[in-house]
Amino acid sequence: MTETEIRARVAEAIAAQAGREGPLLPMLHAIQEAVGHVPDEAVPMLADAMQTTTAEIHGVISFYHDFKRAPQGRHRLRLCRAESCQAVGAAALHDEVRERIGLDWGETTPDGRLTLEAVYCLGLCACGPAAMLDDRPLGRVDAEGLAAAVAEVR
Amino acid sequence: MLTVWVPGDAFARAVGADAVAEAVRREAAARGVDVRVIRNGSRGMVWLEPLVEIEADGRRTGFGPITPAEVPALLDAPVTHPKAIGPVEEHPWFASQTRLTFARVGLTDPLDLAAYEAHGGLKGWRKAQSMSPAEVVAEVTESGLRGRGGAGFPTGIKWNTVLNAPGPQKYIVCNADEGDSGTFADRMLMEGDPFCLIEGMAIAGHAVGASMGYCYIRSEYPDAIRVMRAAVDIARAGGLLGAHFDMEIRVGAGAYVCGEETSLLNSLEGRRGVVRAKPPLPAIEGLFGKPTVVNNVISLASVPIIMAKGGAFYRDFGIGRSRGTMPLQIAGNVKYPGLYECAFGLTLGQIVDEIGGGTASGRPVKAVQVGGPLGAYFPRELFDTPFGYEEFGAKEGLIGHAGIVVFDDTADMLGMARFAMEFCAVESCGKCTPCRIGATRGVETLDRIAAGDPSALPLLTDLCETMRLGSLCALGGFTPYPVMSALTHFPDEFGLRREAAE
Repeated sequence: MTETEIRARVAEAIAAQAGREGPLLPMLHAIQEAVGHVPDEAVPMLADAMQTTTAEIHGVISFYHDFKRAPQGRHRLRLCRAESCQAVGAAALHDEVRERIGLDWGETTPDGRLTLEAVYCLGLCACGPAAMLDDRPLGRVDAEGLAAAVAEVR
Repeated sequence: MLTVWVPGDAFARAVGADAVAEAVRREAAARGVDVRVIRNGSRGMVWLEPLVEIEADGRRTGFGPITPAEVPALLDAPVTHPKAIGPVEEHPWFASQTRLTFARVGLTDPLDLAAYEAHGGLKGWRKAQSMSPAEVVAEVTESGLRGRGGAGFPTGIKWNTVLNAPGPQKYIVCNADEGDSGTFADRMLMEGDPFCLIEGMAIAGHAVGASMGYCYIRSEYPDAIRVMRAAVDIARAGGLLGAHFDMEIRVGAGAYVCGEETSLLNSLEGRRGVVRAKPPLPAIEGLFGKPTVVNNVISLASVPIIMAKGGAFYRDFGIGRSRGTMPLQIAGNVKYPGLYECAFGLTLGQIVDEIGGGTASGRPVKAVQVGGPLGAYFPRELFDTPFGYEEFGAKEGLIGHAGIVVFDDTADMLGMARFAMEFCAVESCGKCTPCRIGATRGVETLDRIAAGDPSALPLLTDLCETMRLGSLCALGGFTPYPVMSALTHFPDEFGLRREAAE
């Protein structure tokens, strides 16, 4: 994506949400959806749209775990580390999965295919250990099943 | 025509329901059988998911858990299928519940407004419209409904404050930022019966004079977001939403603390999700400084039945000051996990041993964390505690959003205490010092204890006291619950003999 393309996508995302009350989070979600992350170019554009400073915008972006300032993998695997999944062996499972796919928390494969993230609860606590591959919920997972699910996505 | 119900709830999808639904369609087409597949919500018996129901002659029979490979045999001879469980309503785990708020979840097509109405929906809203705002508030007050998000504040009193607050613009904000581990009731309600929440919000709007509502759903719930957005459009086309009251779905961005009502409001306004000092109460100065009702999903979704059947009907369930029903969410290492709605008052032991069936691993239950990551760990000695707000408070615990996470005897309680502090450090909004600094010092202090330094124990107790009394919100204020309960009930794991800790 060229810088011009990025700017065009950001501008479009901002314009689409501008009519809402308190539009900054919807704008950030829309930008991340369109670009894959919140690029540097977006910060002054958001400040302009919101009539505020770039420092304020940066402060909002950096507060939320979801908003990423750098490109991420094309797919995202989230593994739940919260108590309910811990009660059914998530910690040992996560050690095995990280070993198998060769990623630690927050890391992306060299080919940019997959990013591994920790998450604290997916609301799948009655079928743990739980995971989410992009938006697809996965329950009662084991290392083998997760590796197979990951192998399916390109 | 045969109707086959295959839940589309995230629980069912997580364990293969999409492939099962596809197999049903494929097998039916191959046999030339006319089959209608409906993706309903989950019935809440999650160990049986994917729980398929086949409807013939107006009677639904359940089968579960079903794999795609079992579908051909299921369609060939359902009557004799080894995984038949009979009608779901007659299953003992389901039949013993009191389903008020979750009456329709799993029963109907979540996005079929006509089915919603046919199963008792919209009655509460219609009745509310025939009443004055003050009368609606009085009915909700009469029901004894308290905040189901965890704080337990009386809903009617909150509504009354907003009703009496001056101002042309008021808001209804639904807190669907369900971040507590072991909880999924909000998600199941939104995915399984979204119109119920929308109806509750519309009634709240009428009751306090608010014409706009926001439902703030956490980003970890993509299915709930999709269903709620579709439901809002359908409700608008159907007249439930419109000029009198309209609403919008907003998506969180992965911050646990935004489940705290004031940081949620800041997040909705497009700010950092930092906690606000109270007063002013959100009921007086809430979203964009306007009077605002902030209620949890289950609180709002309980309002339609309260209005339809009357406050007294709802109030007659429960114990003490805990009136009505609560959707218990039984999770973790447990044999029969799922959502079980019943009146307040069952003991923790009944919930864990009888309803939950003990651990899934077959090992003894060691501890049960009640109320999410900020809830206390209860040992077996406290299993006689009745499920209620005050009853759990009296045992240095809380019911929170009614998440119940079961651990077997392999649980490392010092490790769980450390995790609570670590979680608080990661998720702290940073506004108040006891939480921001205390959580990090707590992790370090627990590491000293783990390394065998007994002088760190009084420091940990003192730190917890400071966090409990000095934090601005429940994140820093309640993190001491899991830490101190682990220390009090399992002192030997902290290098102490039991007598020394008590």
